Amino acid sequence: MTALAETPLTALHAQLGARMIPFAGYSMPVQYPMGVMGEHVHTRRAAGLFDIGHMGQVRLHGNGAAAALEALIPGDIAGLPAGRQRYGFFTNDAGGLLDDLMLANRGDHILMVTNAARKDADIAHMCAHMPAGVTVDPVTDRGLIALQGPCAETVLHRLNPAAKNMAFMDVTDMELLGQACWVSRSGYTGEDGYEISVPAAAAEPLARALLQFPEVAPVGLGARDSLRLEAGLCLYGHDIDAKTTPVEAGLAWAIGKVRRTNGTREGGFPGAGAILGQLVRGTRRRRVGLLPEGRAPMRAGVALFADDGAEQVGAITSGGFGPTVGRPVAMGYVPAALSVPGSTVYGALRGKRLPLTVATLPFRPANFKR
Amino acid sequence: MKFTEQHEWLREEGGLITVGITAHATEQLGDIVFIELPEAGTDVSKGDEIVVIESVKAASDILAPLDGKIVEINEALAETPALVNEDAMGAAWFFRMRPSDIAPMDDYMDEDAYKKMTG
Repeated sequence: MTALAETPLTALHAQLGARMIPFAGYSMPVQYPMGVMGEHVHTRRAAGLFDIGHMGQVRLHGNGAAAALEALIPGDIAGLPAGRQRYGFFTNDAGGLLDDLMLANRGDHILMVTNAARKDADIAHMCAHMPAGVTVDPVTDRGLIALQGPCAETVLHRLNPAAKNMAFMDVTDMELLGQACWVSRSGYTGEDGYEISVPAAAAEPLARALLQFPEVAPVGLGARDSLRLEAGLCLYGHDIDAKTTPVEAGLAWAIGKVRRTNGTREGGFPGAGAILGQLVRGTRRRRVGLLPEGRAPMRAGVALFADDGAEQVGAITSGGFGPTVGRPVAMGYVPAALSVPGSTVYGALRGKRLPLTVATLPFRPANFKR
Repeated sequence: MKFTEQHEWLREEGGLITVGITAHATEQLGDIVFIELPEAGTDVSKGDEIVVIESVKAASDILAPLDGKIVEINEALAETPALVNEDAMGAAWFFRMRPSDIAPMDDYMDEDAYKKMTG
């Protein structure tokens, strides 16, 4: 067995009493003594500190970087202003998703944050396609910490008042405890908050400083998953993958107008034919929110049916208990005809067919600082 | 009180066996969000999967510890599954059963043996 990789916060997790699990080749905290439910609720009420140092941080230098990325990503990257961040994804020739990610225009380079399990593939993909003059530079000497929740601004403001001046999806250099950090006002919980890239050696002191504030508690991957599920956000490998297109996944909002049919930089990305066609004609299946009617959670893999017939029409891709909404919640794919909110589908659970209502996402409205 | 390898506790009173799960089990499971109990009156055989416990992390089963009939279930758990996290060994019992033969109770662990197993 290959040894698990560590983040700059691994020793801190042990001291905080975390239960560690293998995740994407890393040893990561799934929960702390507070427990998944408590950590989830704490993040929504105050602020949670998440170690996301397993995620990929990659910088692209060179004049043609934005244009070259637009050949791999169906987003408006060249039009992203300096100091701003945007959600995007790599697509394949069939229009499927290779990874979803965050992109920031950092002035003289582009900073990308990718999924942990996909970072090596993403880097190889970019290295294979970047033209001469554009370099792909994986960042391997920094940690990444997310501070999420309604108290995140108040807390980070204490370390640097500039935190308050940032709007949702702003990215900036910020000194925290004397260290040069790269801070974005974003996250993946549906809450206001920040993601902080910090030099590896300074990651633990920064995390400790943040945890000293009464509003902040450490939060593990368990609550990170239930928070993003309530927020209706996709988990790569579950809700989206190489066989799912952004249109099916309800992510077409991230395809900039300029990249669409009749846009000034129309198409020109892998799978453009399929994706632009789906934008016009629609798709046979679609990702939807699903509310199980009973109290039993329905998790990823549960088969969905239109009625008591034999034909499976879809499947749940993420599911569990939503602590903030106080009931089980799920996401999955259903045929377009059943994707209208209020429709009923049936999940096969322990030999029974249990009803679920198709619901609009997110289950809980986001709390961003616009 | 007796204990099974599936982390159930069994308490005998007047020929009835009350069954729940141990505090150790709840620590492993995490926050419990749903419990599906059998119906009172159900005949069960040892080893039947008769209770489903859903925690924030995963689903797990509880097996019937003996042959017999379910005579009472703890209705409070349907509305308040989190009671199991608060009082696993007391108020959050799962069901009471009347075993067809009580002798196999002796095969289960006593508290010392269970503590050794979970040590």
